[in-house]
Amino acid sequence: MAFIPHTSDDIARMLETIGVRAIEDLFDEIPSELRAGALNVPPPLSEMEIARLMTMRAAIDGRPLNFIGAGAYEHHIPAPVWAIATRGEFYSAYTPYQAEASQGTLQLIYEYQSMMCALTGMEVSNASLYDGASALAEASLMAVRSNRRSTSRRILMLRTVNPTYAQVARAIAGNQDISFVPVDFDRSAGRTLLESLISYSGQDFTALVVQQPNFFGNLEEVDALTDWAHQNQIMLIAVVNPTSLAILQPPGQWGAAAGAAAGAEGADIVCGEGQALGVPLASGGPYFGFMATRMQYVRQMPGRIVGRTVDVEGRPGFSLTLQAREQHIRRSKATSNICTNQGLMVTAATIYMSLLGPQGLQAVAQASMQRTADLIASLAQVAGVKRAFSAPHFHEAVLLLDRPPAAVLAALARFGILGGLDLSERYPELGHAMLVCATETKLGVDIDAYSSALADVMSASRAAA
Amino acid sequence: MSNNIPGDLQYTKSHEWVRQVHGEAPNGAIEIGITDHAQSALGDLVFVEVPDVGRVLQAGEACAVVESVKAASDVYCPVAGKVSANNGALASKPELLNEDPYGAGWLFRLEAGASARASSLMSASAYETFLAEESK
Repeated sequence: MAFIPHTSDDIARMLETIGVRAIEDLFDEIPSELRAGALNVPPPLSEMEIARLMTMRAAIDGRPLNFIGAGAYEHHIPAPVWAIATRGEFYSAYTPYQAEASQGTLQLIYEYQSMMCALTGMEVSNASLYDGASALAEASLMAVRSNRRSTSRRILMLRTVNPTYAQVARAIAGNQDISFVPVDFDRSAGRTLLESLISYSGQDFTALVVQQPNFFGNLEEVDALTDWAHQNQIMLIAVVNPTSLAILQPPGQWGAAAGAAAGAEGADIVCGEGQALGVPLASGGPYFGFMATRMQYVRQMPGRIVGRTVDVEGRPGFSLTLQAREQHIRRSKATSNICTNQGLMVTAATIYMSLLGPQGLQAVAQASMQRTADLIASLAQVAGVKRAFSAPHFHEAVLLLDRPPAAVLAALARFGILGGLDLSERYPELGHAMLVCATETKLGVDIDAYSSALADVMSASRAAA
Repeated sequence: MSNNIPGDLQYTKSHEWVRQVHGEAPNGAIEIGITDHAQSALGDLVFVEVPDVGRVLQAGEACAVVESVKAASDVYCPVAGKVSANNGALASKPELLNEDPYGAGWLFRLEAGASARASSLMSASAYETFLAEESK
């Protein structure tokens, strides 16, 4: 297919054919007060000019040492990942699904789904979604469709779930008459206590959303939370970090209630952000969301699913399957009309996982966890800095400062260090809290650089005060 | 196009059939399925979802799903009532609905009040006329 823009002659001919004078006339339907009007955009630039402008702007970013995580993680990406992902066969403007022409892409997605099932301990994965936040919104909608024992359309959302994800879920699912009830966390442990759920026992809730590791980087007591949900006929939605699954219990195995019905253990829907698997940090995207579930709920799952089959001659092959859930067949009653498959990001993730293998991913997870432990130990030595929570953590943790983090983080940025995420707006009750992260990309020297810069900043501003 | 229309059943414009079953519930029950015309139009079914027993349905409510390789369609409850039985065999054998839409391919049974019976269901001959009109 040629992707050559139309010439003005082409446009004139098309307008003449349909009997319209100008392109603007096609937009007559839209009332003038709803039109954007003239956009304040500078005139077009030549290739040379735009390259120069972008190089200049990129230089302003510098190459900061990044200790911010909060849902977007800086991991080492082996060079072959994007060398292969950007090959013409994969690097398409749109993911081709035609089985007779797209066996390579379909097989890749099938392998991706298989890997995600292995990581999450679930039975079926879709081909991906936009991002982690919209994946949680989709999981919430899916739970409402799936949980036949609940009619309340109410979902319990732990406050330790990424607040941005919670906000997106509310924005999307809230318009469909679904409400989210926040559940508070324990201030000293930095995780959810089972006691805070007990008051909801016996009430009609559709689902409980648990993030592991939680937004603070801490490990929730997922077995107890899962068992409680299932005892109350509440579906368990797990939001997980795929890197962490190399060393943590897969959500498919959460919960261990003695006497629970066989097969009732484990999360019901697993979702999350896949960016950590080979997708670089790039001004907020593109990322990809993932979702997996048990076979019993597969017809309620949104998104593409690739299946393995045989052709008329009995040879193995791949094609989209269970398509009757989707909008091209089900129209307005599709499981989702707002989701997609992030084909290129999934391609990178699949290559990343293939190159690392289970041991490699485990090494990444262990190194990240160790570096964060080292970072916290080092930063907590600085006067005016202490750890906020006592619960075990993965590769993120919350620090409490003796002053507002905003000024401290701004001062660290002048040292070329992105020191963490200021939590004081999202969680004002925590006081001067900030979230820090170290992955395997942070070496001992980087951690030393951060802690000495932090010591300078803290003592300088103390002297100034 | 397959188009068998048994004379002893009643029909809806959305291609469900209704059979009066005597002596089951206090007021008798009704059995519901989709017509031969409907199964033939859908093609080979790969999945059928029936309503849970005990579910209370309103007339016109979407209550079951029939899915073929090329289409998926909702089944609408012809009259109000409470589901008293469903055809569990369809879960593993959706083809029963293609093979025997008025028999082994039934979807569910409903305890319906007497008033619910006096609804706008069509006779076999009316349904036949309706199909003929629809295909014009």
